[in-house]
Amino acid sequence: MSTFWSVWVSVIVLGTVFGCWWLLWATRKSQTTDTETDRTMGHSFDGIEEYDNPLPKWWFYLFIGTCIFALGYLALYPGLGNFKGLLGWTSTNQWEAEVQVAEEKYGEIYAQFGKTEIPELAQNQDAMKIGQRLFANNCSVCHGTAARGQVGFPNLTDNDWLWGGSPDQILHSIAIGREGAMPAKGVMPNMSNEQVDQVVNYVLSFSGREKDADAAKAGAEVFAQGCQACHGADGTGMEAMGAPNLTDNTWLYGSTYEWIKETVVNGRQNKMPAQQGRLTDDQIQILAAYVYSLSN
Amino acid sequence: MKHEIVEKNLGLMIVLIVLTISGGFLAEVVPLFFHKEVNEPIEGLEPLSALELEGRDIYIREGCHVCHTQQIRPFRAETERYGHYSVAGEFVYDRPFLWGSKRTGPDLARVGGRYSDAWQRQHLYDPRSVVPESNMPAFPWLFEDRVDHTATAAKMKTLQTLGVPYTDEQIASAAEKVNGKFEIEALVTYLQQLGTVISEKR
Repeated sequence: MSTFWSVWVSVIVLGTVFGCWWLLWATRKSQTTDTETDRTMGHSFDGIEEYDNPLPKWWFYLFIGTCIFALGYLALYPGLGNFKGLLGWTSTNQWEAEVQVAEEKYGEIYAQFGKTEIPELAQNQDAMKIGQRLFANNCSVCHGTAARGQVGFPNLTDNDWLWGGSPDQILHSIAIGREGAMPAKGVMPNMSNEQVDQVVNYVLSFSGREKDADAAKAGAEVFAQGCQACHGADGTGMEAMGAPNLTDNTWLYGSTYEWIKETVVNGRQNKMPAQQGRLTDDQIQILAAYVYSLSN
Repeated sequence: MKHEIVEKNLGLMIVLIVLTISGGFLAEVVPLFFHKEVNEPIEGLEPLSALELEGRDIYIREGCHVCHTQQIRPFRAETERYGHYSVAGEFVYDRPFLWGSKRTGPDLARVGGRYSDAWQRQHLYDPRSVVPESNMPAFPWLFEDRVDHTATAAKMKTLQTLGVPYTDEQIASAAEKVNGKFEIEALVTYLQQLGTVISEKR
């Protein structure tokens, strides 16, 4: 703040405090007692008159007290332009002190857990209690409070993984995030409607649910052209691409003909946002262990 | 001093009242108009793109700011949950500001990038489908209605007059950038950039 504004603020603030002080004294009746008098202001409207009594003493001195409090406050806290106050308080250093206290209290515990290997950490009851709370605060919004997922957001309690379920892979998914992108019609943008029908039937046939056996048979070729690159020749998916296994009974999106058709025609975009930077490395380690513990 | 002098002189009374009630404003608000920290954007802050700006207007239209604040206070409890506390330089292009005053839902100052686009869409279409305990209303019409592109350039022009550094090219191409977009796209684009200029935790 420039000197001008510093002086400006100080003058207004002090002027207000002393102005109140002056006003209190200036308007004070020479008061010797709290007893009410029958003095009136001297005017009468429709026979209604107004008493002209002084403020009660306790009230008067309470007002004076607020002025004194204000001066004390202004001495201790920053209120007068560039004057920092005797306590040196700022909202930033108050926040830093809070964080410091928390760091002293929890820092060591977190650091200890952060160093522990994930499978071992997953056995630690205390760490898993922290993990559960971190999960509830940061992950449950998409994956659900019970981590069972929902359409478009994977279930973390089964042992079926898009990006792999090893400790390191889980850690990577949380820290760096994942981006799953299935292009519309896979890598075969000119797929005809008939071919879409065929390939959907073919995908359904992995679990013996095809609607039309002939179409499913024809779909094998479409699959080889449009889908195999990510989902593999046998449809069991590929972890490196986050491409799901199409032969099991776990479906990120729906498993019916209509749902699969929708997926094939429009593709799917999904993203696990990176948590690095939002959470500390130790917190991510605990979370990874918690997620690991859900299926191990 | 006599009350009567003040009470029977309307002009004097008006002057004294104005003086009395403007003290706080003059000391607490006016100096900020000239304060560097409040007027200068933080490093990396860009004005909202045409689509983001339309998203912001939808945010205002739907009253999101009534239940969601956009201001993280410097308390550990808040920075743990939401990220770095808000700083004045983040809001220099915000007209009007959307800090809000009541949190029925969580703070959104740094919601950008926190959830996927797919989640945001799902959640706005049917909040309970992703967060069963949510009491947020659903906004399905955002998926049917298109952004009104006719006023976008005028809005940006107004902001430019107020000091937001839009280039004339940005304004000229504004209508084209938002034409035909669904409102949900605009809103999600706006949400996904909120608070992303400051990324470190602090």
